[in-house]
Amino acid sequence: MRLLRLKPGHGEIVLAEGDVEVPEQERELIEAFRRELDAGMWAAVPTETSGGRREAEYVKSFADVPRDADRVIFFPRAAGGAHGNSR
Amino acid sequence: MWLALGTAAVVLLALLWEIARPRLRRELADRRSAAAARRQASAQSGYDPGRERRAEQRARSLLRSCVDGEAWEMYRDLGFLRVWGGLGDRAQGASYAYLVYPHKPIVAYLPQTGELLNEYCVAFPDQSKPFGSTRLPDSDDVLAKWMALSADERHLIAEANMHLPGRQIDPERVRRDLLRLARWEREREAHAVDRLPAA
Repeated sequence: MRLLRLKPGHGEIVLAEGDVEVPEQERELIEAFRRELDAGMWAAVPTETSGGRREAEYVKSFADVPRDADRVIFFPRAAGGAHGNSR
Repeated sequence: MWLALGTAAVVLLALLWEIARPRLRRELADRRSAAAARRQASAQSGYDPGRERRAEQRARSLLRSCVDGEAWEMYRDLGFLRVWGGLGDRAQGASYAYLVYPHKPIVAYLPQTGELLNEYCVAFPDQSKPFGSTRLPDSDDVLAKWMALSADERHLIAEANMHLPGRQIDPERVRRDLLRLARWEREREAHAVDRLPAA
């Protein structure tokens, strides 16, 4: 599993990578996951339905992440955008 | 006589050079300081066009790996994504849809009539400002909107500033984009039919 973060000026960066079945690696993934949530990031897991439809689901704790997910994507939380006219 | 004329020409050129030299020196110095100021301003703002391009390429690859093939091709060809509302798709009876543009409001519309409903102004500012900017690469902004709409449409819409159509995006532009989208879908379907093996 890889934890990725979207970053201005860079694109995604890999925060942590490991096998959830290996306790030490899972611990590192959990720590990195918590750090990002504490920093105010949102976390989503891209998924695919049985019908082949691509979706994403929010995860609020590492326990919510499907064990077979290959990546979790962190991104800054949404904020209401500009009020001004930028046509 | 030719010798006299030649000498006069050389003297004239030498005089002109002497007159012009201070001015040329000043201009050269001005240009050098302007270039240095530009370099300094660029370093302070952290803007590097090469880095931004590489970031956008990474973001496009990630977006492509997350959305389905049709959505990726739509974004690649048209520059925006259509996301069906209500977590469904047209086949599932979605009655409205969104157009997702990079760094522009999300536009809700009725696919049946093309009527524009609202603009939802939303951003994903990274306050840690790596490289001095809070702004994600274009395709990462689209990916963030897609993930947020897909994961929790209501929550994202609640976070956004809602406006009537036309506040930030020209409604004519959106209508043109809807026409482009309809044409793109027709052509895609026609190609799909062409690719079917003959009976």
